[in-house]
Amino acid sequence: MKWIASAVFAAAVILLPFFAGDFYINLASQIFIAAIFALSLNLLVGFGGMTSLGHASYLGVAAYLSALLTSRYGFGHGTAALVSILGTVAMAAFFGLIALRATGLGFLMITLALSQVLWGLAYRMSDVTNGDNGIAGLTRPAPFGISLDSAASFYWFAFVVAVIAFVMMAIFVSSSFGSSLKGVRDQPRRMAALGFNPWMIRWITFIYAGFWGGIAGLLYVYYNKYIHPTSLSTTSSAEALLGVIAGGSGTLAGPAVGAALVLLLKNYASAYIERWNMLLGLVFLFIVLVMPTGIVPGLKQLAARFRGRAP
Amino acid sequence: MQFWIIQGLNSLSLGGLLFLLSSGFSLIFGLMRLANLTHGAFFMLGTYLGAVALRTYSGLNIWVTAIGAGIIVAALGGLFERLVLTRLKTNPLGQVLVTLGMSFIISDACLVLWGGDSIPVPTPHNLQVPTRLFGFVFPTYRLVLVGVAITAAIALYFLIDRTRLGAMIRAGVDDRQMARAVGIPVSRLFTIVFCLGAGIAGAGGVLGGPILSAYPGLDADMLPLALIVVILGGIGSLFGAFIGSFIIGFIYTFGTALFPELAYIILFLPMIIVIAFRPQGLFGRVSA
Repeated sequence: MKWIASAVFAAAVILLPFFAGDFYINLASQIFIAAIFALSLNLLVGFGGMTSLGHASYLGVAAYLSALLTSRYGFGHGTAALVSILGTVAMAAFFGLIALRATGLGFLMITLALSQVLWGLAYRMSDVTNGDNGIAGLTRPAPFGISLDSAASFYWFAFVVAVIAFVMMAIFVSSSFGSSLKGVRDQPRRMAALGFNPWMIRWITFIYAGFWGGIAGLLYVYYNKYIHPTSLSTTSSAEALLGVIAGGSGTLAGPAVGAALVLLLKNYASAYIERWNMLLGLVFLFIVLVMPTGIVPGLKQLAARFRGRAP
Repeated sequence: MQFWIIQGLNSLSLGGLLFLLSSGFSLIFGLMRLANLTHGAFFMLGTYLGAVALRTYSGLNIWVTAIGAGIIVAALGGLFERLVLTRLKTNPLGQVLVTLGMSFIISDACLVLWGGDSIPVPTPHNLQVPTRLFGFVFPTYRLVLVGVAITAAIALYFLIDRTRLGAMIRAGVDDRQMARAVGIPVSRLFTIVFCLGAGIAGAGGVLGGPILSAYPGLDADMLPLALIVVILGGIGSLFGAFIGSFIIGFIYTFGTALFPELAYIILFLPMIIVIAFRPQGLFGRVSA
């Protein structure tokens, strides 16, 4: 039964553009982007025990780099993507050097401060970033000559990237390196005594998470064809963190589900009320107070209890 | 020369404001091990309360308004601490997340209540005449603000270093469990310190009004400055917050005046240097 259900679900996801309208196809594409972003943050939060409140930095910087390179400096999309990702990874390596001097709340505060600095920069350096107006009129790439301008083609593109991202991150956490990462999260001193280098393990993870954050940023800017400083804001980082925590940090699929829920909530709520930030704050309070382990583990527990009771 | 003197005074007054903002943040972090991300929103709420009160009641004095707004924000902070934060005693990450959620709620509520246009806070009438000193002209309000910040610093120093309450707070910062064991009501101290920190931030928000004015996003502008001050000066150290505030006040003011586009990058240089060589900050008592 389980296999059949999974197969039907997979087929439905792949074939979605054939039976759904453009609105839903676009919504699903956004979910893929948010899921990649949340999964990359989960590497830090869930598997590394490093709660970052500045993950929007990588999404925003990759998006801004790509936008600037293609629109202002006339780069092709391929080169621009490569340079943006390299730039983002280099920035992640540098930020990691600073932020990983601390752990716990110090780490959180430093990542927040760094990302706020970038946000301020995007607003104030209006010569380069166009400030509050953002950069509009961007184009989508055409990999292998296939245009991504239609909702369906972009959907499949985002789907393929999301699957690759999911598999790569799943391999990362289930590898021996992933095990040592979890070891460093739970028992850093014991791991150091065993001859591992906790700092190096954290740093590599930080960079890897920055890499996938950058990939999410590229998809984000391709999808929107527009970039604004809000993509670098604390709200953007907080949405991703909420997705991770709501879905269940440290699980593989949880953050993807959480990110999808946050995105759906944002889309449907903004149809009725303008107060997304307030709602986001309330959801934060609700999740932390009521479902601290996340929705997916919470539902699993419920299911287990249900099964336990059934004869 | 006039430029340097005036910018120097602006730096001092911004530093004073930053001290009012970050001293509470630092105390709360030191005692409760809680990065209170609502602190920027408390400051902004103070500014809005002050701006609206002074606009509505023209006879009101800014100092009285600051005290009133401080009390309101302190009460709100106390409620938040009692109703939400104490439930999450065993979940430090959860505490940070709810303070973040709370900051979104407060800043959005300000936007709903008072709209998206910035509301200026008038400089008090008797302080509008500039002061002449050694042949230079100074805006009097800023001079007074520096005085207020220094007074607040001295008062806080006496509170923390010379009173019984302060001794209990210091004991809680240094070793919470031992403090509990010798009978100090640490949980009540949490509430007191949280109210105190929120209140100072709220009052500081009103006093900063004539310089900054109340506008949406003020919280997002102030919070990183507080974070940088505290990371620089050392978490849990009042003296560190004091020195850090004035360092950042100077760097930010001169950075904005001399290299307006790069001010934000220049801001985080001192933080990087300090973190690289002294992760606990210049005068840190607690490692984060």
